[in-house]
Amino acid sequence: MSEFLQQVVAGLASGSIYALLALGIVIIYRSTGVVNFAQGEMATFTTFVAWTLVDHGVGYWGAFGLTLVIAFVGGIALERIVVRPVEGRPPINGVILTIGLFILLGGLSNWIWKAEVRSFPPSRPFPTSAWDLGGVAVSEQDAGILAVTLVLMTLLWLLFRYTKLGLALRASALNPVASRLVGIRVGWMLGLGWGLAAAIGAVAGLFTAAASPPLDPNMMRPVLIYAFAAAVIGGLESPVGAVVGGLVIGVVLNLISTYDTHLHLDLDRVRLPIALALILIVLLARPTGLFGRQVLRRV
Amino acid sequence: MAPLLELEEVHARYGPLEALHGVTLTVGEGEAVAVLGGNGAGKTTTLRAISGLVAASGEIRCGGERLARAPERVARSGIAHVPEGRGIFEELTVHENLRLGAYLDRRGFFENYERVCAHFPWLDRRRAQQAGTLSGGEQQMLAIARALMSRPRLLLLDEPSLGLAPIVVREIFRILGDLNEKEGLAVLVVEQNAKLALRSSSRAYVLEVGRVALEGPSSELAENESVRKAYLGY
Repeated sequence: MSEFLQQVVAGLASGSIYALLALGIVIIYRSTGVVNFAQGEMATFTTFVAWTLVDHGVGYWGAFGLTLVIAFVGGIALERIVVRPVEGRPPINGVILTIGLFILLGGLSNWIWKAEVRSFPPSRPFPTSAWDLGGVAVSEQDAGILAVTLVLMTLLWLLFRYTKLGLALRASALNPVASRLVGIRVGWMLGLGWGLAAAIGAVAGLFTAAASPPLDPNMMRPVLIYAFAAAVIGGLESPVGAVVGGLVIGVVLNLISTYDTHLHLDLDRVRLPIALALILIVLLARPTGLFGRQVLRRV
Repeated sequence: MAPLLELEEVHARYGPLEALHGVTLTVGEGEAVAVLGGNGAGKTTTLRAISGLVAASGEIRCGGERLARAPERVARSGIAHVPEGRGIFEELTVHENLRLGAYLDRRGFFENYERVCAHFPWLDRRRAQQAGTLSGGEQQMLAIARALMSRPRLLLLDEPSLGLAPIVVREIFRILGDLNEKEGLAVLVVEQNAKLALRSSSRAYVLEVGRVALEGPSSELAENESVRKAYLGY
């Protein structure tokens, strides 16, 4: 039983990473109406930037913070320069663009940093100790990741639901013309959405690198799929849904891996297809997701 | 004192198509002015030019100063535009729509909310309702309420009566009349319903093919032979 709980907790930690990336996808979708397939590669790129900073002597946590700022600014720049032309256009344009970004950033990461084996963070700044909670070993790293995710999710929920800025962000995505008439600087709002998402993605990337060394340019590829499954469960619109979805997927996949060895079903190879199947099922059966708000329009 | 709004020889185009060929009009402080004309006359384009939603050349001044050419900055000058099709946020609730209307006003949401709810009491009761599920008349009232939340000096209204039942239209114009007379809110209304527009305004312009064809006090225009034949049906 305690092994089960242990695996659940470990699953929650990896699920937190999926949840963070899913949160970034949801924010971008809610604020600019674009589905960002490059979310994972953006995270990878910023994680490598962090590695470079540490490699040049910056302390890990300093690099962490600096990377978040760089990601934020980079996200804004991406939106203003690359994404702006496809906003308000048919969604397929955004899809093609972000897939292109996915390829571009992935290629850049591989080209600049090459596929060397690196360990990041280099000197384990995360405590390796574990707490004993009633017989269940909970690693401090896992607990830290889970805590940060919940805090970020709460902050974002508060932002979107209760603040003027959050409302302006949502309005800018729903009706840019009406938003401008009300005085909202829609351009800044769109940039802000991408900046926020990029920063959150950077956190996801940094956690992924810490949780599964070595640092590898392809590390976010599977994470992106799981994150999309989580985001879709939330109807692409619900931050809560994205986080819950991410945690659930993390736990389920971890349990599958654990018990697979007992059952000899070789389900481990099916992790990605399971996530993809989940995406398909949700989109077919309940496209607004389990948490999404059904929007009614009077005809 | 400079008029609240002045347009001087304003041209506007949609791509290669010129929609306004030199429109000149003014709105004074606290005045109610109507713009009439048939389809394609350029009425909506005029309002969009004021708001900066369409590229325009010529002079547009607010209170004597050149008006900025971007909607968010026009809003900051105290001009609230209720566009054709109402421009509400259908996916958001009534309350959220009103909050957005107050986006610019630093003086505080609650004071404005009370004032606006005095004109449209049902807004408070239905604050959690999704705006897209309101009836046409309710959506139009919500759009006007939202515009009022920013405490504007001038309200631009594009075809408020469109698609609405007569009884609802009368109610809306009654409220607009109240706002104009009691609170000194200047109103520039574009309307195809000429009779209603002339009755609710002190001055009016008739646009034809992107130009001002006639202007004058509304009472005079209502008696004008060609206006009667073309727009009033008798």
